[in-house]
Amino acid sequence: MSSPVVSLNPWTDLSTMWSYPYLRNALIAGSIVAIIAASVGWMMVQRRQSFLGHTLAVVSFPGASLALLFALPASVGYYGATVIAALIARQSSDAQTADDRQSNATIGTVQAVALATGLLVISRSSSFLTSTTSLLFGSFLGITSNEVLLIAVVGVVTGVVFIAIARPLLLATFDATEATAMGIPVAALNVVFAVLLACVVAATSQITGALLVFALLVMPGATAQILTPKVWKGCAISVGLGLGILWLGIGLSFYLPRLPLGFCVTSVGFFAYLVSHVLVALRSRPHLQGNVA
Amino acid sequence: MTPDHPALHWSDASVTLGQRTLFRHVNLTIPTGSFVAILGPNGVGKSTLMKTILGLQHLSEGSVSVFGGSPEEARPLIGYLPQRHHFESSVSISGRDLVRLGLDGDRWGMPLPFANKFSASARAKSAQVAEVLEQVGATSYADRSVGACSGGEQQRLLIAQALVRRPQLLVLDEPLDSLDLPNQVAVAELIATISNVHGVTVLLVAHDVNPILSHLDQVVYLAHGGVLTGSPKEVITSENLSALYDTPVDVLTTSTGRLVVVGQPDAHGGHHPHLGHGNHHGHAG
Repeated sequence: MSSPVVSLNPWTDLSTMWSYPYLRNALIAGSIVAIIAASVGWMMVQRRQSFLGHTLAVVSFPGASLALLFALPASVGYYGATVIAALIARQSSDAQTADDRQSNATIGTVQAVALATGLLVISRSSSFLTSTTSLLFGSFLGITSNEVLLIAVVGVVTGVVFIAIARPLLLATFDATEATAMGIPVAALNVVFAVLLACVVAATSQITGALLVFALLVMPGATAQILTPKVWKGCAISVGLGLGILWLGIGLSFYLPRLPLGFCVTSVGFFAYLVSHVLVALRSRPHLQGNVA
Repeated sequence: MTPDHPALHWSDASVTLGQRTLFRHVNLTIPTGSFVAILGPNGVGKSTLMKTILGLQHLSEGSVSVFGGSPEEARPLIGYLPQRHHFESSVSISGRDLVRLGLDGDRWGMPLPFANKFSASARAKSAQVAEVLEQVGATSYADRSVGACSGGEQQRLLIAQALVRRPQLLVLDEPLDSLDLPNQVAVAELIATISNVHGVTVLLVAHDVNPILSHLDQVVYLAHGGVLTGSPKEVITSENLSALYDTPVDVLTTSTGRLVVVGQPDAHGGHHPHLGHGNHHGHAG
């Protein structure tokens, strides 16, 4: 591609990006992924299930490479591996609570086996060497229109399920006993959320690669929680941040082609996280002085 | 569910978990509007007895009625505060949101954004939450993150959550646990006010009786698979408690006429083999 030049007019820059079909695919698929990853990821952070999320992301790598080895679409491997791993992890946890700490050893074991399997698969075939980097660290050049369609379908289904279960799930997160007493099917919701998380991780892996899923899954939610203790406002802020991180990240990587997409998206997310810490620190200082005075 | 019915009535109730009988043939009546504590060593089934009211634990024999109906029918009339240790400092939810989840957290679907601007029922719910926060004295820190609140503040917020549906029966599992002494006294007074002023029947489980003793209408001692019940003055005597705990316990009367229990083995019932702690040894109690 001819090296694009930044005009510093956001509208012109966006139109330039939009005129490349492959980039249009990346922006559409990426936006859908950013929205579901930021909202489901926000819930994951509230539920202290980041370790599970990380494992699902790692598992997507051998899943996708195995699928490629057997000449299947990579997405079969992504979704198959994460959903199976989520169900195994849920199976070894306490059915009533979100707490996966008891099953951390199991999850860690699954994670190690998954990475080793991925290594075995790529070592069997030299033709994978180019795709290994994109499986692990993402690439926005390879998203086909069919993949965009799949991500859109997954986005709609996971989005609808998330909106439907978010409120009782949040109550079950903070108080499983109370939720059970109020008639919420806590054990079933825990399974549904694990599968939901698996689908979102698989979709996100296709954009960011297996290892940088957290840029879109954890960073927006973690940042939103620093900014506000109001839950639904926090979820909305998380989605806004997710979209912002994705678009700025793709823009940076487009206009500075030496910087890979995964690095750009993750750096923007990390910057937002740092800035929110500084903002909160600044906001609380005059408050403290006011109390003393 | 008429006023003729007592708030709670267990008739010949037994609970057996596997090999272990927690209690058997319990007959117990709690009148409406009273403030009652279930006391006893750890592991005798205090929490289990309470869960039978909530429909979370089924009786192996006998029956329990709540305001004359089944636990399932009475469920909307009950506010429940489970036993818990406190929220970690990283927990990010405001007290107001936490209380709100107690009001409509069992509804499917996310709340609509800006619902208060166009929905009268949303405004009514917000007002209900504000009112209960005021009632427990939590208004000033309700918009802070729960993780940043002290143990006493967190406990008030949780009591507000249990109260937000305006229950007729409030069930509290170890509400004073993990609080420091001033907060134990303050929260005990708050619970007594809820019972006396607002006419709510309060049933709480405790292993340390002293902070609440002066407020109680009735105590229920659970030990050795049976119960001993009556007013604090009738039940809390050195003879009764020493027999129940199988260790010497003194009951003193202070200069202001308050009862104080001394020498109660509060968290270490497991050291007394006679109390039959099947959770450690696997035999029937």
